[in-house]
Amino acid sequence: MRINGAAVAGIAAAFAIALVWSAPLLWMLVASLRPDSYGALDIASLWPSGPLSFENFREAFESGDFLVCYLNTLIVVAGTLGVQLVTVSLAGYAFARLRFPGRDLVFYLFLLQLMIVPPVLIVPNFKTVTALGIHDTLWAVMAPYWASAFGTFLMRQAFKSIPRDFEDAAAIDGCNVIQLLRYVLLPIAKPALIAFSIVSVVAHWNEFLWPLMAIDSPGKRTLTLGLATFVSGAEGAAEWGLIAAGTLIVSLPLLAGFVVFQRQFVNSFVFSGIK
Amino acid sequence: MTTAALSSLRGSRRAGTRLGEWDRRARPLLLLLPSLLCLGAFTYWPIASVVVDSFFGRRLGEKVASFAGIGNYLRLATDGKFEAAALNNLVYAVLTVVPSVALALAFALLLQRSTRFTAVLRALLFFPTMIPLIGAAALWTFLFLPTVGLIDYYIGRLVPLSINWLGDPDTALMALSIVTVWKNAGYYMLFYIAALQAVPGELVEAAILDGAGAWQRLRHVILPQIAPTTAFVAVIALIQSVTAVDHVIVMTHGGPNDATNLLLFYVFQTATELHDSGKAAAATVVTLAILLLVSGFGMRAFERGAAHAD
Repeated sequence: MRINGAAVAGIAAAFAIALVWSAPLLWMLVASLRPDSYGALDIASLWPSGPLSFENFREAFESGDFLVCYLNTLIVVAGTLGVQLVTVSLAGYAFARLRFPGRDLVFYLFLLQLMIVPPVLIVPNFKTVTALGIHDTLWAVMAPYWASAFGTFLMRQAFKSIPRDFEDAAAIDGCNVIQLLRYVLLPIAKPALIAFSIVSVVAHWNEFLWPLMAIDSPGKRTLTLGLATFVSGAEGAAEWGLIAAGTLIVSLPLLAGFVVFQRQFVNSFVFSGIK
Repeated sequence: MTTAALSSLRGSRRAGTRLGEWDRRARPLLLLLPSLLCLGAFTYWPIASVVVDSFFGRRLGEKVASFAGIGNYLRLATDGKFEAAALNNLVYAVLTVVPSVALALAFALLLQRSTRFTAVLRALLFFPTMIPLIGAAALWTFLFLPTVGLIDYYIGRLVPLSINWLGDPDTALMALSIVTVWKNAGYYMLFYIAALQAVPGELVEAAILDGAGAWQRLRHVILPQIAPTTAFVAVIALIQSVTAVDHVIVMTHGGPNDATNLLLFYVFQTATELHDSGKAAAATVVTLAILLLVSGFGMRAFERGAAHAD
């Protein structure tokens, strides 16, 4: 009986915490769907009032340039991940299978990127992209992330767990390294590729500080930049329903992806701890 | 399909042996080259260049920066804003790391068993990790709003607080810490759930047989077992407290009265608003040094924790 009581108390506590934890997102959902005219005094209410209205979303899309931002973010996310998948596969293979002088040193050089994340280097990296002539282009947003120490380590672990027999067979067939990766190792290491991809997409979809440094033109803003601009405009007018809608527009794809692929997401993020 | 593809590629075998030795030596370099080029341009080079830049400054009216010695560092040391940023960051680190790690562990303990119900609760706690920090900042700006905001609307009915969370220098940093804890605790929970599932069941059962209560089991059996996870999570949370300032930029812009100025925000502001490149470089170097120290110590603690668990 005592254990049962404790279990019930635990469940009740967990439920209460989860409720409090979801309040901000619940508010986002309710406030974004509430018609403007119902918003005056009870804008903070978590209880839906008035008829369901998509007015806030319509207005947000009209005034926020979110479609352009969506396109830019999609380009950035895809352009970052696409190059990363190539660089981390090649480097991961080198660390997993090849012996060469200075391997440990190079390994530590990679490790440095895990400690010194690019946001801290905004000042010198700004100089670099300006010198390269790519400032205020989406290239500048992507380029600093084209190598990924985290992805390299993840792929290294994945390759190490594959029996060497596969490679020996491929070597007898006269496969070169690229073919070996493309046709033999990468298909087996697919779970690691997916895990890395999810972490990368989430990180770059949500990134703010570096794009803020790298982009000037409104037409090249990513979603987070668009949201920040949009919010500072709506805040002055105290249009909180509109802000809720804008935040939901930016966050929805990842939240939906998480709901649909919950297991893969959770596994990926636990993987991301291996770094 | 794989074998078909392989046999069609057999032709390349002769070329492979012809390249032979050279290929074997060049191969690691070629494979690492794409990554090293990018790391070189955006990790190693910027570190070197920011260290050099921190010794140069451009005086008013000069076109080219001239050597300033430790001038930038001296200006940094005497800048009250920088001192505030460093102290704030220390406080902010404590206010974010301790609660988020403790809550993550509590969540994981409550939800470690996998059922449909706990899966839903875990998802609810994890959701904030998925939304951009800038989005969290937008939502919480409203939540913290005096009188009309969510916090005053609900909690204010029970206890008349009427705190101007973001407008009062005494509470603004705490408010930002709350956003950070809210956003990250669910993420750290995942690591604890994985760690708890790896604790050998026999150990816990033996402790129960020995008559250990729930608290004793946690303190003497479970916590030592998951010590590496705690060290690891604390390090990521510490790194986060230095590297994530998106919410500072949009919620408080370092104010009121520099109460929420953090190191990286100081760097950002010095570079983009004051255009003082020498000082921004020096502040970056200091921030980098702190970050390396934190990660370095963290790694040591992590390894010690791992050794302890063995």
